[in-house]
Amino acid sequence: MTMDTVDAGMGKTVMCLLTDPEGTNLGSAMYIPQNAGPLQLTHLVNNFLNNEEMLPYSFYVSDEELLVPVGTYLEKNKVSVEKVLTIVYQQQAVFRIRPVNRCSQTIAGHEEAVLCVSFSPDGKQLASGSGDTTVRLWDLYTETPLFTCKGHKNWVLTVAWSPDGKHLVSGSKSGEICCWNPKKGELEGSPLTGHKKWITGISWEPVHLSSPCRRFVTSSKDGDARIWDITLKKSIICLSGHTLAVTCVKWGGDGIIYTGSQDCTIKMWETTQGKLIRELKGHGHWINSLALSTEYVLRTGAFDHTGRQYPPNEEKQKALQRYNQAKGDAPERLVSGSDDFTMFLWEPSVSKQSKKRLTGHQQLVNHVYFSPDGKWIASASFDKSVRLWNGVTGQFVTAFRGHVGPVYQVSWSADSRLLLSGSKDSTLKIWEIRTKKLKQDLPGHSDEVYAVDWSPDGEKVVSGGKDRVLKLWQG
Amino acid sequence: MPQGDYIEQHYKRNGRRFDYYERLRKKEAREPHKHSTKAQKSLGIKGKMIAKKNYSEKALMKKTLKMHEESSSRRKADENVREGAVPAYLLDREETTRAKVLSNTIKQKRKEKAGKWEVPLPKVRPVAEDEMFRVIRSGKRKTKQWKRMVTKATFVGPAFTRKPPKYERFIRPSGLRFTKAHVTHPELKCTFCLEIIGVKKNPNGPMYTSLGVMTRGTIVEVNVSELGLVTPAGKVVWGKYAQVTNNPENDGCINAVLLV
Repeated sequence: MTMDTVDAGMGKTVMCLLTDPEGTNLGSAMYIPQNAGPLQLTHLVNNFLNNEEMLPYSFYVSDEELLVPVGTYLEKNKVSVEKVLTIVYQQQAVFRIRPVNRCSQTIAGHEEAVLCVSFSPDGKQLASGSGDTTVRLWDLYTETPLFTCKGHKNWVLTVAWSPDGKHLVSGSKSGEICCWNPKKGELEGSPLTGHKKWITGISWEPVHLSSPCRRFVTSSKDGDARIWDITLKKSIICLSGHTLAVTCVKWGGDGIIYTGSQDCTIKMWETTQGKLIRELKGHGHWINSLALSTEYVLRTGAFDHTGRQYPPNEEKQKALQRYNQAKGDAPERLVSGSDDFTMFLWEPSVSKQSKKRLTGHQQLVNHVYFSPDGKWIASASFDKSVRLWNGVTGQFVTAFRGHVGPVYQVSWSADSRLLLSGSKDSTLKIWEIRTKKLKQDLPGHSDEVYAVDWSPDGEKVVSGGKDRVLKLWQG
Repeated sequence: MPQGDYIEQHYKRNGRRFDYYERLRKKEAREPHKHSTKAQKSLGIKGKMIAKKNYSEKALMKKTLKMHEESSSRRKADENVREGAVPAYLLDREETTRAKVLSNTIKQKRKEKAGKWEVPLPKVRPVAEDEMFRVIRSGKRKTKQWKRMVTKATFVGPAFTRKPPKYERFIRPSGLRFTKAHVTHPELKCTFCLEIIGVKKNPNGPMYTSLGVMTRGTIVEVNVSELGLVTPAGKVVWGKYAQVTNNPENDGCINAVLLV
């Protein structure tokens, strides 16, 4: 132990109890000197947990982060020294992502507005869909166009990579889905038809449930969601039940599909037969966006920040390991953002009543996103602010103000320390979670920013919008 | 042409000839052949006219045939790719079409550099000095006439303090001082009540500009931070020029149009 021995003459001590986020205590209450800051507490926790490497931790006392020595905190908040002080420790990501601050390249190529961008799960490839009906693949090393994939008849509204990075599917405004080979940029087979109106969202089945990746689910304005198999090239199951458009769909880590719709309900479906399990009601207006606490891990599959590639049979195990680590012991949480200016936090496997209602926005909530470690929720709204909420309890933490136009999309960095937001006012802004302030302002687009994405390896940020160019930003 | 119906009456009473229908059928069958011989043999202008008539009839026939053909087979209507692509989350929302404010700010900057201005009211009626000022008599015997009072709307600014009354030549009455203007955006066609920052130029002369007199055609600078405009560099725009479009001294308010 590198902690100084408690010397009654040297400094005052305070009785502290370290607990983890779920409530289990680490050892018993002990005396800690008042000049102990977060660094010393980190040493202490690492020792108690017998960690081989020094893992970084952040500490919270009654939901406020502890950044100063314990003594200063006590003085500021006038907490009594008599009582036992409960300090909650949370592990932070081992790696640290550098914030991006410059635009390394502006790549033109699309002839109409860029509607969606997505990095592949390993962060090595980039795909974008646009209003000129093409999907374009871009080379990240040279920052130039790689392939132009033609095949859609109308605007390409969504693109989605499979979690193993081998397939790319895109959905268009005419209701067709095209599967592409990302290495060659060619259409695989013919476009899949089945939906009668435009596609609003695509979500792949997680790798830890089935490897290699075969199935994905799509949602459409015509009110149903369909499960497709990419090897059979057809629709296996049709999940119909919603009366109005389905705006978003997510495939959860426990094998349940969540669909949010304009008819103000969220439905949970079981994937073997396509039966409705549960219906979550509560919202008063359209549901615009859904987010799962394990979403980031499901999207990246077996890839993590080390960038190692795994052979196919190991992929499933590694993905399962990552999923369990991210999920922890608690059930998966779901948050939904709606046009009624509020969001709901649900624990769908536990109960059909919402856990908490997150109010505060003054305009509709367009996009919600859990942080990769599941601790924070970020919500982008048309009231020009981005709000940060606690990912476990749903408590409001802070509102990030700075944009002068509606905020369209948010994206997290892989270490959950930085948050990126793109807005109608043509700027992107990076917010730091630790200081809860604006870290970097990224102007440069000449028109609305429609889509943003942060690569899973944290190196680059891509943004596309109405000005038809793709901008790559680097640290 | 027969006058009266005696022909009709005859064949109604006595019937037609025995071979009437046969002959009628054969005559009608010869009709297209006769028509085509005529069309082929006619020369000159007559031939051209017949050819033109035939062509227009053929085109019409083709169109009607195609129309009939279409309705018999049912196909999904192919939607054309429209302009103005928006992402999925904006598709069901009606967004108000906004003016190209950003490209216009670039144009404005260029114009500022050039010193030339395109204003909505290029020419205004010049205001004479005796209309602008009223003579105020002062002094014990009211014989001194060096003071003038402004009779038009003025803007003085928040930090304005009057000169000592003894030395004040131009009096700007507080009743005619305005701080806010109703500014209309020319493309969006909506009006905002914005604060005036200052008077930039009065077309009647630099003296009036320095006094802050606002008449029809004056360029004023207004505070547009409420509108939320952003320059390409990412900075928020907070001041813009507007031109006064009414006679404020008659109406009691200042109406202006924003110069984008």
